[in-house]
Amino acid sequence: MTERTEQAALPAENSRQADSAGGSDRLMVEIRGLTKRFGNFQALKSIDLTIRRGTVFGFIGPNGAGKSTTMAILATLLAPDDGIVRVDGIDVTEDPKEVRRRIGYMPDFFGVYDQFRTTEYLHFYGASCGIPRAEREALIPQLLELVNLSDKKDAYVDTLSRGMKQRLCLARCLVHDPDLLILDEPASGLDPRARIEMREIMKELKAMGKTIIISSHILPELAEMVDEIGVIEQGRMIAQGSVAEIQHRLQAGRILELRLAGGAEEAVVLLEGEPHVGRVMRDGQLVRFQFAGGDEEQAELLVRLVERGVRPIAFSEAQTNLEDVFLEMTKGIGVKT
Amino acid sequence: MSGQSAAKRRLPDLRTRLINPVLGKEFTLRMRTPRSMWALLFYLTAIGILAFGFMYIFRMDYGLGAASFDPGRSRTMFLFISLAQLGLIAFMTPGLTAGVVSSEREKQTLNLLLTTQQSSTSIILSKLVSSLSFMTLLVISTMPIFSIVFLYGGISPGQVGTVFAFYLFTMLAFGSFGVLFSTWMKRTMLSVITSYGLTLFMYGGTAFLYLILHLMIDSMTSGQPNPPGYSNWLGFLMGLNPAAALVSIFEPELSRSVFRGGWFGPSSAEAPIELWQEYFIVYSILTVIAIPLSIRHIRPVLKRKRKKAAGRG
Ligand SMILES: Nc1ncnc2c1ncn2[C@@H]1O[C@H](COP(=O)(O)OP(=O)(O)OP(=O)(O)O)[C@@H](O)[C@H]1O
Ligand SMILES: [Mg+2]
Repeated sequence: MTERTEQAALPAENSRQADSAGGSDRLMVEIRGLTKRFGNFQALKSIDLTIRRGTVFGFIGPNGAGKSTTMAILATLLAPDDGIVRVDGIDVTEDPKEVRRRIGYMPDFFGVYDQFRTTEYLHFYGASCGIPRAEREALIPQLLELVNLSDKKDAYVDTLSRGMKQRLCLARCLVHDPDLLILDEPASGLDPRARIEMREIMKELKAMGKTIIISSHILPELAEMVDEIGVIEQGRMIAQGSVAEIQHRLQAGRILELRLAGGAEEAVVLLEGEPHVGRVMRDGQLVRFQFAGGDEEQAELLVRLVERGVRPIAFSEAQTNLEDVFLEMTKGIGVKT
Repeated sequence: MSGQSAAKRRLPDLRTRLINPVLGKEFTLRMRTPRSMWALLFYLTAIGILAFGFMYIFRMDYGLGAASFDPGRSRTMFLFISLAQLGLIAFMTPGLTAGVVSSEREKQTLNLLLTTQQSSTSIILSKLVSSLSFMTLLVISTMPIFSIVFLYGGISPGQVGTVFAFYLFTMLAFGSFGVLFSTWMKRTMLSVITSYGLTLFMYGGTAFLYLILHLMIDSMTSGQPNPPGYSNWLGFLMGLNPAAALVSIFEPELSRSVFRGGWFGPSSAEAPIELWQEYFIVYSILTVIAIPLSIRHIRPVLKRKRKKAAGRG
């Protein structure tokens, strides 16, 4: 986190110089103060986001947070209203064609030309990206192999299943060997098996050295494959860092779980009056709360609660997974800043 | 051996350079849709029925014996078939062009196309050219039917060529309007309706307005021996009408008569401009405006104004 923020703190000009110096540390994506309005509605409110080369970046946020909007701006499909958006040091508003050469974009919703066969489909996009036919002839079987569609190479695109189309679209993103992949919910609508396959493909792409931005609202799906996550809520970035860092940061106050035999409401009132206790959430007879104290304080807290008539069945640290982190972060925090 | 394979490799390269990928895709997809075949069939049937029907009525009128050379009759026949074909073109053009961009937007393939290296110009022009090519194919396929008029004599190949050039120009003009609407409007339905509306107005609306306005002016000035000069400009309205423009190529009298002052006014005065000349000028200008507008609007305008960019830094 620290290293990243240092980089982010550099003025735009300097970081651009650093880019041209090369190396794996240069920024693949640099977004500063990005603002986007649709009429009176402000979809993005001064977004800052930096992604280093070779990083797999998970872009997380609830419905309507602005993920797709940000990605469409990166893909040169929407004009930013304000702010700087650079891909590999190139401003999207200044040289969109150069940016397009470097990106592979997979939208959240997309269509295919039904009358094409799989191979023709890839040939078309390859040709549109300026790749000579001879090169395409060699490349396309490899791409189909990568996304496990080799046996469908002569099938008409409209006969493919949803998951197959999704993988075909991914192969399409790769025809011109882009440095940056912008994948907007590539796993949406896939069954668990297909999700695992998609994850395997991501790993291969990462091994190939691609920088990947992948959006999702399903966190566990991302947790294993991303290096960093960025959380967006109501058009604002509320956190960015490695998965571990973000988890750690939230657990400065860890989350404790108290399961009761009854009287949860009274317990909540008691807890709210206790020191070190942060936000308290109740779900039936299960009470969760943030706790900033150490082990000693935790033990004392339990004793006091029992003395006052609380009857716990279980008292433990909550198993925080990424999902909880996500819920935690996106609950009302966006409203504060 | 190696030299041969190198040459072989260059050949397809040349082809990809000549046939733009978007154009190639448009051709392939269009020819693979069954609808295109039906359109062709429908078109030929319609033209055939009109031509043979007309011939049949003609023969009834004149009797079977009168099938020999008659320049006046073959001229009418020629104009009739030409106008019928123009009507069919007017009918086909919006259907073939008003969805080229918006339908890709609706099928959600447009964004994928826009993130390739293809320029906006090449996308718009490819789409326009492919629709025009298909219409040209339709028109050319009617050649055998068209050549029936030669049986009657009195029509030169040059005249037929002129009519075909007129068709091409009209298809280009109305086609570029269709593409513009399709780029502008989010929905194909709306774009198609607008295109047909415009076509209907240009073919029917202009003539209707011309007649109505003329009748009004005539009734207001019926007592006066010399109609007022201001009624002259009404003729320009007819220059916007493709059918009138086509007829005026072969019947110069038409231009003179639409520009004469008033319904029953003297027709000796020269027309300020031939209808087809006005048509050509006006529609050329509109086409030259419509195509760049489509090119500009297919992608968002990303470049911000310099002033704003400077103020931000
Ligand atoms: N073309 C548009 N016109 C008007 N409003 C829009 C447009 N596109 C997006 N928005 C609005 O901008 C906000 C962000 O939308 P966006 O699609 O970026 O969200 P998202 O994070 O991708 O959500 P999801 O997880 O549902 O895909 C939403 O409130 C949406 O209504
Ligand atoms: Mg989205």
